[in-house]
Amino acid sequence: MDLRTMTYLAVGASFVLYIGIAIVSRARSTGDFYVAGKHVNPLANGMATAADWMSAASFISMAGLIAFLGYGGSVYLMGWTGGYVLLALLLAPYLRKYGKFTVPEFIGDRYYSNAARTVAVICLIFISFTYVAGQMRGVGIVFSRFLEVPVGVGLLIGMGVVFFYAVLGGMKGITYTQVAQYCVLIFAYTVPAVFIALQLTGNPIPQAGLGSQVAGESTYLLDKLDSIVTDLGFRAFTEGNKSTVDMFAITLALMVGTAGLPHVIVRFFTVPRVSDARKSAGYALLFIAILYTTAPAVGAMARYNLINTLQPGEVGSEQGNLEYQERPQWFITWEETGLLGYTDHNGDGRIQYYDDTNPEYAPIAESYGWKGNELSVDRDIMVLANPEIAQLPNWVIALVAAGGIAAALSTAAGLLLVISSSISHDLLKSIIMPGISEKHELAAGRIAAAVAIVIAGYLGYDPPGFVAQVVAFAFGLAAASLFPAILMGIFSKRINKEGAIAGMLTGLIFTFSYILVFKGVFFEPLRDNLPVNWLLGISPEGIGVVGMVLNFIVATVVSRLGDAPPTEVQELVENIRFPGKRLA
Amino acid sequence: MNNKTKADLTAKSYWRTNLRLVAMCLAIWFVVSYGFGILLVEQLNQIRFFGFKLGFWFAQQGSIFTFLILIFFYAWRMNRLDREYGVDENDDEKMHDAETGS
Repeated sequence: MDLRTMTYLAVGASFVLYIGIAIVSRARSTGDFYVAGKHVNPLANGMATAADWMSAASFISMAGLIAFLGYGGSVYLMGWTGGYVLLALLLAPYLRKYGKFTVPEFIGDRYYSNAARTVAVICLIFISFTYVAGQMRGVGIVFSRFLEVPVGVGLLIGMGVVFFYAVLGGMKGITYTQVAQYCVLIFAYTVPAVFIALQLTGNPIPQAGLGSQVAGESTYLLDKLDSIVTDLGFRAFTEGNKSTVDMFAITLALMVGTAGLPHVIVRFFTVPRVSDARKSAGYALLFIAILYTTAPAVGAMARYNLINTLQPGEVGSEQGNLEYQERPQWFITWEETGLLGYTDHNGDGRIQYYDDTNPEYAPIAESYGWKGNELSVDRDIMVLANPEIAQLPNWVIALVAAGGIAAALSTAAGLLLVISSSISHDLLKSIIMPGISEKHELAAGRIAAAVAIVIAGYLGYDPPGFVAQVVAFAFGLAAASLFPAILMGIFSKRINKEGAIAGMLTGLIFTFSYILVFKGVFFEPLRDNLPVNWLLGISPEGIGVVGMVLNFIVATVVSRLGDAPPTEVQELVENIRFPGKRLA
Repeated sequence: MNNKTKADLTAKSYWRTNLRLVAMCLAIWFVVSYGFGILLVEQLNQIRFFGFKLGFWFAQQGSIFTFLILIFFYAWRMNRLDREYGVDENDDEKMHDAETGS
C-alpha cells in the first residue's frame, strides 16, 4: 500500500474513533460541559491532561528545537515539565477543593470582585487564542504534507472534527477523546524513536540509547555527535548558547507559565476528590515524561542522521559532501514543501552544510572551497521527516501523521473549551445575564465554542504576522498574571481585591510591553532583540519571570495599604486548605 | 477513621506541616533543575554518567525523573497527613463513589 493511502487510513481511523467517543460521552448539563461532571478517574485525567498539554509544539517542534539547540533546548524540557510540580504542590489540590467551574471564577470569588474576574477572563482569552492558532496551523501543515490536500481544506476537516466533539461533548467529550488522542500520539512518537535508537545504538529504549555507544563502535553517541557538529563549525551539542541568567529566566517563565495555563488547571477540576487532584498531576507528568524524555533522544539522533546523510565522507575532502543529484527521496519531498532548501553557492553540485556564522570556522571553510552554508532546514520538519530519514516503513510515517494531528486537535479542543466556558460562565452567567437558565447557559457555551473554533480556524489559515511571534506571550502572560493571583489567593489571606487587580495589571502590562518592544506585533520592533538591549540580560521569552515578581510585589504592597479581605473570603481561603472537613 | 483528638492536631499545625513539606519538595525541584541543570552544569559535566555528561543529563532527563518522584511523594505524604488529622475526604461527603466512572 502506498504512503498516501496508508496515511488516509490511519488518520481516518483515528477520526472515527474520536467521533465515536464524542457520541457516547455527550454533555447533558453545564457540569458535564465545564468539568465533565467531576467524575473523571485520576488516571484517565492524567492521560487527558498529557494530551491537553502536549500540543503540536511538543509533538512536532520540540525535538527539532533540541536537534539544533542541543543543551540549549533543555529550557523547554525542564520548563514544560517542572510546572507540574508547581501545579501539584501549589495549585491543583486547592482549586479542586474550591470546586467550581473556571479559573476566572476562583479569582472573582477569592478577590470578591467582578473586575478581577474580568481581568482574568481577558488574560485567559488572550493566552488561549494565541495558543490555539498555533495548533490549527499544525493541523494544516500535517494535512498538506501527508494527505496532499491544501492547507485550507486540511484546516476545515480538523475544525469539523473538533467542532463535533467539543461542541457536543464539552469537557466530558473532550476528556475521553483526549485519552484516545494520548494513546495515538504517544504510540506515534515512540515507535519511530525505538526503531531509530535500535538502528543507531542497538538499544531499543531511546532514553538509554542516548547514553549508549554508537552501534559497532566504542564511542558514545553524544561524544560522536559533539565531534561531528564541531567539525562543521557548529557549537558542541552538549553545550549551550544562552547565558546562564537567560536560561534560568526562560526555564522559570515556562514552568510558572505552565502552572498558570487555564486549560491545564481546569483539568484538575474534573476529578472527584482533592487527593485525586494531587495524584492526577503525577500521572499527567508521567504520561508527559514518556514523550519528554524521548524527545532529547529523537533530537540528537535526528541531527546525527541528518549530518551523516549530507556529509557521508570526511569533512573537507572533495568527495566528502553529498552530491545534490543523489539526494534521497525524503529530501525531495520536503523540498517541495519549501521547508528544506538548497542553494549551490560554490557551484560544485554538492551540499555543504556547516555553520557559516562562526567566524573561527570561516578560514577553515574557505580552505575547503566552501562559499557559505547551502542547506536551509526548518526545525519543524525533524520529527515528521525522521522516519523517512531513517528509512522506516510507510505505516510508521502514516502513524506519525495521525499522531501529529492528535496532538494538535487535543490541545485545540482543551483551549476552545476554556475560552467558551469563560465566555458563557464567567461573562454571561455571572456578569451580563445572572438570571440565565442552565439550559440556556449550556447552549451559550456551545455557541461560544463554535464561534471560537471558527476564529481559531481563521487564525490558523491566515495567521496575522504576529502569531509566530506571540508564543512567548502565552507563557509570559500566564506567569505574570494568572499564576501569582491564584497562588496568593490560596497561600495568603491578606491579599485583597485592590492588591490582586493592581498586581495582575502590573504583571500583564509590563510583560506585554516588554515583548512588544522587542518583537513588535503591529509595528516594527522598537529595539533590536539582542542581549545587549535586554533588561538584566533576560530575553522576551523569559521576561514573564520579572512580570511575576512585580505582580507579587505590587499586590503585597497595595494590599498592606488597604484593609484585609472580608471575613467570608478569609473563611473561603481557610476552607480550601483542607481536603475534607476543616479543623478549628 | 482515626479521629485523634490530640491537642496538637490543629488547623495551624496541619497547615504548617504541609508548608514545610512543600518547601522541602520545592527545594529539591530547584536544586535538580536550576542547580544541577543550569547553574552547576559545567562543573557536573566533568563527571560521566554512562554516555552522558552529568550536567547535561540532569538538564535533559534527570530533572524530569526527579519531578515525577516529587509529585508522587507529595501526594502520598499528604494523603497520610490528611488521615492523621482526620481531614481526608473519606469521612466527608462520599464523593469518591463517582470514581468508578473510568
